Amino acid sequence: MIVELGHFTLILAFAVALVQMVVPMWGASKGWRSWMAVAEPAATMQFVLLLFSFAALIWAFVASDFSVRLVTSNSHTAKPMIYKVTGVWGNHEGSMLLWCLILAFFGALAAWFGGNLPERFRARVLAVQASVGVAFLAFLIFTSNPFLRLVNPPMNGQDLNPLLQDPGLAFHPPFLYIGYVGLSMSFSFAVAALIEGRVDAAWGRWVRPWTLLAWLNLTVGIALGSWWAYYELGWGGFWFWDPVENASFMPWLIAAALLHSAIVVEKREALKSWTILLAILAFGFSLIGAFIVRSGVLTSVHAFANDPERGVYLLGITAIFMGGALTLYAARSGGMQAKGVFGVVSRESALVANNVLLAVATFVVFLGTIWPLIAEMIWARKLSVGPPFFDAAFTPFMMALAVILPIGSILPWKRGAIGKVMRPLWWALAAAFAVGAAAWVFGSGRSLVAPVGAALGAWLVFGAAVDFWQRTGRGGLADKAGRATRLPRADWGRVVAHAGLGVTFFGIAALTAWQLEDIRVANPGETFQVGVYDVTLEGVRRVEGPNYISTMAEMSVARGGEEVARLFPEKRVYPVAGMPTTEAAIDNGVFRDVYLVIGDPQQDGGWAVRTYIKPFANWIWAGAIIMALGGVLSLTDRRFRVAAGARKAPSTGVPAE
Amino acid sequence: MIRAVLIWLLLAAPAFAVQPDEVLDDPALEERARELSKGLRCLVCRNESIDESNADLARDLRLLVRERLVAGDSDSEVIDFVVARYGEYVLLRPRTDGANLILWIAGPASLLAAAGIGAAYLRKRRVVHAPEALNREEAERLRQILDD
Repeated sequence: MIVELGHFTLILAFAVALVQMVVPMWGASKGWRSWMAVAEPAATMQFVLLLFSFAALIWAFVASDFSVRLVTSNSHTAKPMIYKVTGVWGNHEGSMLLWCLILAFFGALAAWFGGNLPERFRARVLAVQASVGVAFLAFLIFTSNPFLRLVNPPMNGQDLNPLLQDPGLAFHPPFLYIGYVGLSMSFSFAVAALIEGRVDAAWGRWVRPWTLLAWLNLTVGIALGSWWAYYELGWGGFWFWDPVENASFMPWLIAAALLHSAIVVEKREALKSWTILLAILAFGFSLIGAFIVRSGVLTSVHAFANDPERGVYLLGITAIFMGGALTLYAARSGGMQAKGVFGVVSRESALVANNVLLAVATFVVFLGTIWPLIAEMIWARKLSVGPPFFDAAFTPFMMALAVILPIGSILPWKRGAIGKVMRPLWWALAAAFAVGAAAWVFGSGRSLVAPVGAALGAWLVFGAAVDFWQRTGRGGLADKAGRATRLPRADWGRVVAHAGLGVTFFGIAALTAWQLEDIRVANPGETFQVGVYDVTLEGVRRVEGPNYISTMAEMSVARGGEEVARLFPEKRVYPVAGMPTTEAAIDNGVFRDVYLVIGDPQQDGGWAVRTYIKPFANWIWAGAIIMALGGVLSLTDRRFRVAAGARKAPSTGVPAE
Repeated sequence: MIRAVLIWLLLAAPAFAVQPDEVLDDPALEERARELSKGLRCLVCRNESIDESNADLARDLRLLVRERLVAGDSDSEVIDFVVARYGEYVLLRPRTDGANLILWIAGPASLLAAAGIGAAYLRKRRVVHAPEALNREEAERLRQILDD
């Protein structure tokens, strides 16, 4: 019964979304206030209906209702409760419902907190948002309905893919979807502004918090996914340039560019039409990502629904929204007039450079991702584009970005002088070089990766420190501390996020360059040396988990005769899904991870054992979390809450026609 | 469905990538073998190099690479040997020939183009546009404000 209710509210939400798409849009063009006013209750209702629908699906999973096809194919009674719940979005249909729910949630947020938007504009934003909802709800209902029943329900389910029965992966999709779907809000703002024909400073201020919210969730989602790959796949890789990873990385890069260009729109009323284009493209890459992940057109490790029919539908959605928005853009963007005037050496220019680098880097990732398709279609060449290409073609853009970032973030608006800006930065530069040199000596000159990466990371962190020091003004420490507390949150956010990027840079460089690996056969009781550590295989035993059987090794890690950690790497078999997984055991540390994996028993006794020493591994994800924290700080800036409403009835906008 | 399960089985077979018995005695040679393996794709897997993969075919390829290295082949000879048997699909780093040149040049070329457009834009923004003249209503309003 509850399942049927959930099914029903899903269809009802679709109907509401249709109304929300048509009525306010029509009302806005005719100037009928009562029609425009439909948007807000409709957005709220759509969200509530979908929330109920989603709750009904969770209930079906929790109650293990195997008459629902989705529950049968993705759940099992023996599965721990938390994975029964997270199993709801561990599959195509359920995750699509979550996608639609978040889409409606953003619409509802815009309805609840959009009180400072002009009435007509808000109606249009909500109508555009609803049109995206209509497309995805139709996709859900007609091609991937999660509520379908089975005529002959089985006694038990087929269990969730064991790789997904993991805390890291349980919460990776919700964050990622908030990011993907959150970009729909920037898209709706851009399209509504194009229809309206007006983009001004206020628009930049409105669109930024939404982009920021999407971006920071995307950051957390990508970091969680990367962290999961690190500890779950059994050898500690953290990024593979897989098409599905690229699908999440491209919107992240474009959103990062959009965040920065929206500042220029807000503060200086320049870069307007470019910012609109970025807002459209950011969501476009989200749509392309959904297509890549769910169509199976590109082979990937973690695509989970390979259905050509769904692929065609998603491609259709992408084509309609991108085609429509870009056509509108071509027709309207010419009329947008930039107001701000600035010199070549200015913060505006630095932000333009940021956008150029991020956009070109995104293009490189995009081209590399789809190149196998293009090569096969046009030249009938079956080829692969893997990590070696992306490492070579993508990394230089990020390095260039890191070089200009600290300079750009303290350059003044309008006009600056490099000499003056560099004066406080010299010590940061010197310190960065010192860190690079130390890395060179420590790594005994083996490769350039570590020194260059470490120096760039340090440059970013020290540069952020200088930025902060500058913002707190002149005077003694007490004065500075006082000013620091009164500094706008956006400034705090900028400094923190930029420092986080530096931490990630450093982590990636250090891990790539200095990782130690040891592969061997070890007998129980045997001790071997890896780096400065003595690793002992104490024993191996069989352990039964709730829905798996585990081969668990007990290993001790010692340094200079003193035990550092006792670790239990496992190899599990999930009988229902018929799948084995490796569970590495990691001793996390600030400066290094000790990473142990147990393998197969060998014919002539002993076990295959892998040991890694991974220096600064955690810095990669710590940096990502710091970046996201910077996003949160920036999001709580007062001006998004207060100043946005201070804008009175618009009278001096830029006409489009 | 069965295909998907098979792929998953291949993917996540309990053995991990490089086995202890595969490792060469000569560390320098082993290092080269690892580097080469990272650039070769496991053909039955989804986007994994043979260095990471657990599939049997990946193991065969790893052994083949090591065999060639022990026989005294240079790195590029090993790569050519593998490509001659399995096609260029096996290369994770696409070759810089023919149409692939587009792929490799796309990054630098679009950077140049974007930098050019950016520079043109910046030059344009340096020019000070004369503010638009006030229309009559605005002039009237301004006068009122100034009079107050």
